[in-house]
Amino acid sequence: MANTNNDVSFVRSELVQASAPPSGEIGVVGWIRKNLFSSPSNTILTLIGLFLLYLVVPGTLNWGIFDAVWSGENRLACATVAQGGELPDGWKAACWPYVGAYLKLFIYGRYPDAELWRVNLVLIMFFVGLIPLLMPSIGFKRENLIFMLGIFPVASFVLLSGGNLNFNGFLIPEAIMAPSSFKFWIDFILLSLIICGLVGVYMKATETDPKQAVTLAAIAMAVIGVILFVMSVDFGLVEVETELWGGFVMTLVIAVTGIVAALPLGILLALGRRSDMPAVSLFSVIFIEFWRGIPLITVLFMSSVMLPLFLPDGVTFDKLLRALIGVALFSSAYMAEVVRGGMQAIPKGQYEGAMAVGLNYWQSMRMIILPQALKIVIPGIVNTFIGLFKDTTLVSIIGLLDFLGMINLSHSDSNWATPVQAMTSYLFCAFVFFIFCFGMARYSVFMEDRLNTSHR
Amino acid sequence: MAVTDMPGGDEKPKVRLLNDPKFRSIIFQVILVAFLVWLVWGMVNNAANNLQKAGIASGFDFLGIAAGFGLNFSPFLEYNQNSTFLDVYWVGLQNTLILAVIGGGVATIIGFLVGVARLSNNWVINKMAYVYVEVLRNIPLLLQIFIWYKGVGAFLPSKRTPADLGMFGQLNAAGLFAPKPVYSDGAGMIPLALLAAVVITFFVSRWAKKRQMATGERFPVFWTALGLMIGLPLLAYFIFGQPISAEYPTVGNFGPKGGMQVIPELIALILALSLYTAAFIAEIVRAGILAVSRGQTEASYALGLRPGQTLRLNIIPQAMRVIIPPLTSQYLNLTKNSSLAVAIAYPDLTAIFAGTALNQTGQAVEILLMTMLTYLAISLITSLFMNWYNSRMSLVER
Amino acid sequence: MKKTIVSALGVAAMGVTAFGASAATLDDIKAKGFVQCGVSQGLPGFSNPDSAGNWTGIDVDLCRGVAAAVFGDATKVKYTPLSAKERFTALQSGEIDVLSRNTTWTATRDTTLGLNFAGVNYYDGQGFMVRHDLGVKSALELSGASICTNTGTTTELNVADYFRANKLEYEIVAFEKADEVVAAYDAGRCDVYTTDQSGLYAQRLKLTNPADHNVLPEIISKEPLGPVVRQGDDQWFNLVKWTHNAMVNAEELGITSANAEAMKTSDNPAIRRVLGTEGEFGAALGVGNDWAFNIISQVGNYAEVFERNVGPDTPLAISRGTNDLWSKGGLQYAPPIR
Repeated sequence: MANTNNDVSFVRSELVQASAPPSGEIGVVGWIRKNLFSSPSNTILTLIGLFLLYLVVPGTLNWGIFDAVWSGENRLACATVAQGGELPDGWKAACWPYVGAYLKLFIYGRYPDAELWRVNLVLIMFFVGLIPLLMPSIGFKRENLIFMLGIFPVASFVLLSGGNLNFNGFLIPEAIMAPSSFKFWIDFILLSLIICGLVGVYMKATETDPKQAVTLAAIAMAVIGVILFVMSVDFGLVEVETELWGGFVMTLVIAVTGIVAALPLGILLALGRRSDMPAVSLFSVIFIEFWRGIPLITVLFMSSVMLPLFLPDGVTFDKLLRALIGVALFSSAYMAEVVRGGMQAIPKGQYEGAMAVGLNYWQSMRMIILPQALKIVIPGIVNTFIGLFKDTTLVSIIGLLDFLGMINLSHSDSNWATPVQAMTSYLFCAFVFFIFCFGMARYSVFMEDRLNTSHR
Repeated sequence: MAVTDMPGGDEKPKVRLLNDPKFRSIIFQVILVAFLVWLVWGMVNNAANNLQKAGIASGFDFLGIAAGFGLNFSPFLEYNQNSTFLDVYWVGLQNTLILAVIGGGVATIIGFLVGVARLSNNWVINKMAYVYVEVLRNIPLLLQIFIWYKGVGAFLPSKRTPADLGMFGQLNAAGLFAPKPVYSDGAGMIPLALLAAVVITFFVSRWAKKRQMATGERFPVFWTALGLMIGLPLLAYFIFGQPISAEYPTVGNFGPKGGMQVIPELIALILALSLYTAAFIAEIVRAGILAVSRGQTEASYALGLRPGQTLRLNIIPQAMRVIIPPLTSQYLNLTKNSSLAVAIAYPDLTAIFAGTALNQTGQAVEILLMTMLTYLAISLITSLFMNWYNSRMSLVER
Repeated sequence: MKKTIVSALGVAAMGVTAFGASAATLDDIKAKGFVQCGVSQGLPGFSNPDSAGNWTGIDVDLCRGVAAAVFGDATKVKYTPLSAKERFTALQSGEIDVLSRNTTWTATRDTTLGLNFAGVNYYDGQGFMVRHDLGVKSALELSGASICTNTGTTTELNVADYFRANKLEYEIVAFEKADEVVAAYDAGRCDVYTTDQSGLYAQRLKLTNPADHNVLPEIISKEPLGPVVRQGDDQWFNLVKWTHNAMVNAEELGITSANAEAMKTSDNPAIRRVLGTEGEFGAALGVGNDWAFNIISQVGNYAEVFERNVGPDTPLAISRGTNDLWSKGGLQYAPPIR
């Protein structure tokens, strides 16, 4: 060990300090080189891309912001000299004061001014209820769902339409008792008793304890009764006919009602399609494929032109309600396919396990399969909703004044008529739809990621 | 010790009829069928009652009546004043299919380009493709149709002062007045030459494949085919004395006259439909390519294939299997979405048959049924064809 | 909306109540307390909503007249705006009680569509509108023009007939809604806009520069516009028919909304019969005996309605012309009330 110092061989005992990477590989320059100019073909692509950007971006910004008119009282503010205004000839850009003047109509339609607080209240309730529901970290999901699916629809119906419906009864023949709201409640109680009785008899016949089922039926009927009662109470709200509804609020009403109605229908159809009973699955398949095979606009035409002929004499539907029925049936078919996808993703062991612990069909669906299946298809449901939300614009073709319908209507106002009017309003509309749809799409991706991790 | 009697093993436990799942399922189905029959019967009965009471004619006799209104677009089918409502139906179907085919073709091309661009290493290209996809697919299609038709349309020059596009004709608010091909004697030889090129290509590719199998040498089939398909018709064109000439639009009383008018409604619809659908196709293509595992690329490189060959011979064929099913539904969506033509007066099936013809005859039930069944049939045929194609393309596992 | 939900419940309980026969229209209306009137989606002078949703126009006044006859209150009307496509189904299905929507009386509509036209409240004819700078003076110079019109209307058929008869070429561009037609014409998609002449004057107001456009002199068709009811209910048909007749008779006899009360004591038996102080004509129609008095005092006679909505002092500035009384050279002629 003494001659260690004489050993000429060199062994490194520590790592060399790494030298700094060449300046071309790091920082902005490196990034640019790596991502934009790594090869001749890549350079060409970059140049083409930059050229396209040059074509699109400055023009769009000028159109929407820098050259745009921001204030004015009428069309002259946005008219060129040749059109009778003061802007230089050849000017083309957005005319925002027109959107400002019509903003109220775009949002609320022709809903009476004095009653706008009702719409605002509904909107506040909607967002206050929805946002915590969408955030997985916030608890009270059960209470929240009850609010959104139970209280909110009834409350917003009463607020928007004015409530105070008069029911005339439906069961006892008119010859025995004159139609009145009193008769309706008699009829309703009778109907509830009959339903509870039938449930009880059925349970008895299958040798199950009828008590639980009958209580359930009674509670269900009581809830329906309370809802109907709330709808028929006179809260002193002025009746606002659906003809006066419109704008973005109507777009929301149609989309939300459509999806809320489509979800239970879609679940039933998905269950039906996977059923062992040939009649049930055949019916479900035909129903689903029929609605998925035809365009929504023909569905809307059907509901506006053909449906009235199928109804019994004297029974008519409101135009909005007819459109809602069409939209709900249409989206329920798509929803059914989404739910079916979720159910197919549940491992077979879950079905077998449910059977093994002695659950019957409905119990196993309700307690084991659907909770899991619905959880995985949340992104799918959100995507269906985005599609439906965009498709609501189609109701403008059958004359309902939704957001797009209201915008098209505003074009007939000669007070603001200029060549840039159409483009301005459409860009505004596109911007609003983009914000909502893109936001929902991001949410869907977020949920997908969250659900993915929990499965790995 | 009282031993209780155990029932014999093969003796079935006594179950009440109502508790027998088989019996219950039959009862349930009978109830469902009865309910449906009652519902349908009720609706048909109502409709019949309503129609009869109001004295409205029903049945399909109206199809033979002369329609009596004019149409502005029917490139292949003859339509004139004596045409019947049945002719209106065919013209509408023709115009719907034109939209579907052109729109689908353009959407596929743009969609594949954008989809590949989404995977590009080039940051600019990648992000632009991303913005394209997100913007286009999050704006309602109907709105996009309006943007192209009314928004952009508002800036087109007026009818009497068209913009001159040189060899492409003239453009104004009434559409594109493109040059119309005029055929003279010998023009028929050009398609024949093209046909000959196709046949030759077919044999060349068979021979090339055989040769590659035998010797491993490759033959540039693609370039040969391209050369043949362009060269032969071009040769025929000059040999037979340039039998095709173009008729350019001239100045008429009300703007350009003559030539081939492409109505602005068609242009706006094709633009909106294909750009919108392309955004969805791009995502499908991206997902399809990502679904092919990275090892495939590496294996190809290891075998000495160039990147282009890897993409063409290895990645794309495998990605196609993932791409085709959702692509089918995009084509179907596009066909169904083409019914939005009704919003801007393009004479498609929905607009002229479920629209104009319905208004003129008032026979809502018959016409809407025919329209819906037609769309349904298109959907079913397309998905059957695509299923067949898909089963041919799909991986045959042993 | 109320009606809607009641109906929805009706459907829910279809097994019990459905498939039954309905009562007469007039009884239904009396029971529900208002007349449901189908109108256009906005045609100035005929049926047009202001921004607060109040409807005005000749067609609207007819509905108000019917409500005045039934309830003695012209405000008991609810309006359903309808497109050309929806209008007949809405009437056939019972969604509306009367369609008063500048609808042309034709043989087909009167027969195979199951409708009844209860008179003519405006005699119209189809015309053309073009831009000044085209220099077109007559419709016969329109060969090669593109023409904007509404789908599903008689105008669309008339154009085809006219251009065929005169061997002219044309390109038709047909839109679903009147507003779209005007917008397309204004944007220069077409050279010509065609519809009923009254409609041309009304829609011209919506153009960017109304003064740049003129209406050609030719009238190529007969367009008798009138209120429509369902076939098979003669009592209701009569009431609508006589609402219009009462207005025309009132003009003929010089009864106006201002002097109707005073005229009740008139010595002229014809006037007394109209105002219900003599005879029992209301009862025969199924309404009160002062039905015509209510119409005239609350809505006015035909001249008042015309002048108020489309007459020379309105933006439409249409003269009486063919819509003048028969005694003044026009076509408005009402059978006497006696």
